[in-house]
Amino acid sequence: MNAGTKFAMGAVLIVGSVGYLMASGIKETGQYFLTPSELAQRASADPSFYNLGLKVGARVVPGTVEKETATQTLRFHITDGTVSYPVVFRGLPPDTFTDSVEVVVEGRLQKDGVIHATDVLAKCGSRYEAVPKA
Amino acid sequence: MTLLGHLSLWLAFLVGLWGAVTGFAGGLQGRVDLQRSARHAVFAMFGALALASICLETAIFRHDFNVEYVAAYTSRNLPTFYLWSALYAGQKGSLLFWATVLSLFAALAQLLTSGRHRVYLPFVAAVTCVVAAFFVSVMLFAANPFERLAFTPVDGRGMNPQLQNPGMVFHPPMLYLGYISITIPFAFAIAALLSKKLEVDWLVAVRKWTLVSWLFLAIGLLLGMWWAYVELGWGGYWAWDPVENAALLPWLVMTAFLHSVMIQEKRGMLKKWNLALIIGAWLLSIFGTFITRSGVIASVHSFTQSGVGYFFLVFLVVAAVASFTLYATRLPLLEAEAKLESMVSREASFLFNNLLFIGIAFSVLWGTLFPILSEWVQGTKVTVGPPFFNQVNIPLGLALLALTGIGPLIAWRRASLPNLRRQFAVPAVTGLFVFLILLVAGMRDVGALIAIALGGFVTATVIQEFGRGASARHRQYGEPLALAAVRLIGRNRRRYGGYIVHFGMVLLFVAFAGMAFKTETQATLRPGESATLRSPYGHLYTFTHLSISQYDALNRRVTAAFVDVSRDGKQVGRLKTEKRQHVDALGRNTFEPSTEVGIRSGLREDLYVVLGGLVNGTEQAVYRFTINPLVWWVWFGGYVLVAGGLIVLWPGGGPPAVRRTQAGYAVKLEAQR
Repeated sequence: MNAGTKFAMGAVLIVGSVGYLMASGIKETGQYFLTPSELAQRASADPSFYNLGLKVGARVVPGTVEKETATQTLRFHITDGTVSYPVVFRGLPPDTFTDSVEVVVEGRLQKDGVIHATDVLAKCGSRYEAVPKA
Repeated sequence: MTLLGHLSLWLAFLVGLWGAVTGFAGGLQGRVDLQRSARHAVFAMFGALALASICLETAIFRHDFNVEYVAAYTSRNLPTFYLWSALYAGQKGSLLFWATVLSLFAALAQLLTSGRHRVYLPFVAAVTCVVAAFFVSVMLFAANPFERLAFTPVDGRGMNPQLQNPGMVFHPPMLYLGYISITIPFAFAIAALLSKKLEVDWLVAVRKWTLVSWLFLAIGLLLGMWWAYVELGWGGYWAWDPVENAALLPWLVMTAFLHSVMIQEKRGMLKKWNLALIIGAWLLSIFGTFITRSGVIASVHSFTQSGVGYFFLVFLVVAAVASFTLYATRLPLLEAEAKLESMVSREASFLFNNLLFIGIAFSVLWGTLFPILSEWVQGTKVTVGPPFFNQVNIPLGLALLALTGIGPLIAWRRASLPNLRRQFAVPAVTGLFVFLILLVAGMRDVGALIAIALGGFVTATVIQEFGRGASARHRQYGEPLALAAVRLIGRNRRRYGGYIVHFGMVLLFVAFAGMAFKTETQATLRPGESATLRSPYGHLYTFTHLSISQYDALNRRVTAAFVDVSRDGKQVGRLKTEKRQHVDALGRNTFEPSTEVGIRSGLREDLYVVLGGLVNGTEQAVYRFTINPLVWWVWFGGYVLVAGGLIVLWPGGGPPAVRRTQAGYAVKLEAQR
């Protein structure tokens, strides 16, 4: 067997493992990224969407944010204009979190209809741009 | 000033178009007058863009809030230091900064390229003019930094407090310098393809420029990591955010190129591959710009969603099609001069190294684009996060780390068994030894164990190389060993600088492995109350909340919390963490409160304290305490890496790499001369 063939085998091995790692990585760690409407639609059609780790991108409903600093619990509602969900998050929210900001909530929708968040990412219009003029 | 700035942009645009036309035409037809004109166009474009930048910076310093950009990103009470960085704090200004730096690099490429490589210059001028003119056109037609408002605000909105950090003053320009300077090697690659002068010459011209942008990008990435760590307060330095990935991608591809280029220099192999890498690295840099500026991929970093993205998307597609079409037509001229002779050879180890780099780059690209791809294919967005990137890249990274030790020591062409034994006996034993010590010490994290053991292996190879070289000089010239080691670096900077870069990478890997042992706790404390946290080394840290103090500073109201830290009952220091509410000159709040992290950095671990907030305005405070092992080594490894890169890059001295001989194998190129 010449060196070229052997090298090709090594290359196939590397490319194969990269492919395998990527496929299994996506399968094991991929999460749906949904809007509240999509989530409502999916969850009503397929109960497995309850208690499934996923991300929801939406806006915080102004005036719904309750911070309990003592227990570090944050409650708020998110909406995409049509469907809204209450969210509970225990932990420190990012600096950019306010009511009316765009957020990505990572967590699980429970049967009680509340999203129990494990992480909240806030996107202020953009971090590099100032707050847009009202 | 804004009129002058705007006119300068138009001038730069027109001159850029002229330079593109004359450069291509002059190069293809061999007309010297056109070639000279293209060269002058590059200088003129730099002049015009520098003038435009000065105009914008002047408007910023004069607090001319009638200019939309100045009003949007600065305020009267912004510290002077940040007035400088305001030039690239926003989308429009950073486009101007980008174009200016690109034209500067273009001018430098014209000035610094000497000798035989000058044949490529007309094409280089043309390509750089096209790219710069594109950036100027984005400003002219979609994002004019000199736009004026219909009214003049009393004060500007100020700079985002998270950008008011020394790291943010230097991180973007460094990253930009890296990103932008990739255009120069790319321009040389296109020049070589167009002129059909595809001998080794163009590679030599390109290698140093690639190294320059590789180094800037590395510095930019490291500064970005540092900024994220000290400023954002989430406790880490790398989050696999799309924008971070976008900067990592070209760096990975350039690292692959810097390795595979050696095979082309020494063996005349991999010509097609190397050209593709350079073109790919440049396209990835434009792709990164597109991602950052278009907002197509949800990222906490991105600029606001804007039409600018379409410009970049169109440019990216056109550039990709044009470059690869040209590349395809020249493929017959790029046949390899030699064949791979053995799997156990340096060539083979470099090829595997390249495959791994590209594999990592591909998986990062795939993961970054996956939300878009999955939406196209399935109609639902599926995202992958840090777990995906870690799961894929830890094994690949470890394989790469192993090759870092193997590649430099294995013989070219075909390694013999005695060669292998001579080179690898000591390092392999060292690595195994490190592995066993850690295992006995109780470390059970497989990834970290392997990473640190491989780190020991690679470090041993580096020390062995230095030791052998130095002792040879010691015997030959009677130099003391230390002096011999230093002279050794001077004699062959590329090789030994490369080893130093490798050692820096080892430190980085070990530091990354340390993060597997991060521990964290959150607590709500009254003054006098404590929280405890056990470090991975077994020490018990006690954090005691002392007091809160509130005061006004230059452009912010500060709430500072003080924490007393003791280790195993002994006091080791005091940490301060702040919440800052930035205000404008009239005392009104601007932006959301931002966090200043309290960090106590040590060789073994960092103590990292974040103030979450106060409970209903009392002195009761919410804290997050984190112990981050080995973070200091990330920064130190970064310094080592940069130092190694500078050693390789330093001009003059030592025999040029192409003329070197290795293991009795006279380099083919030498014979050609």
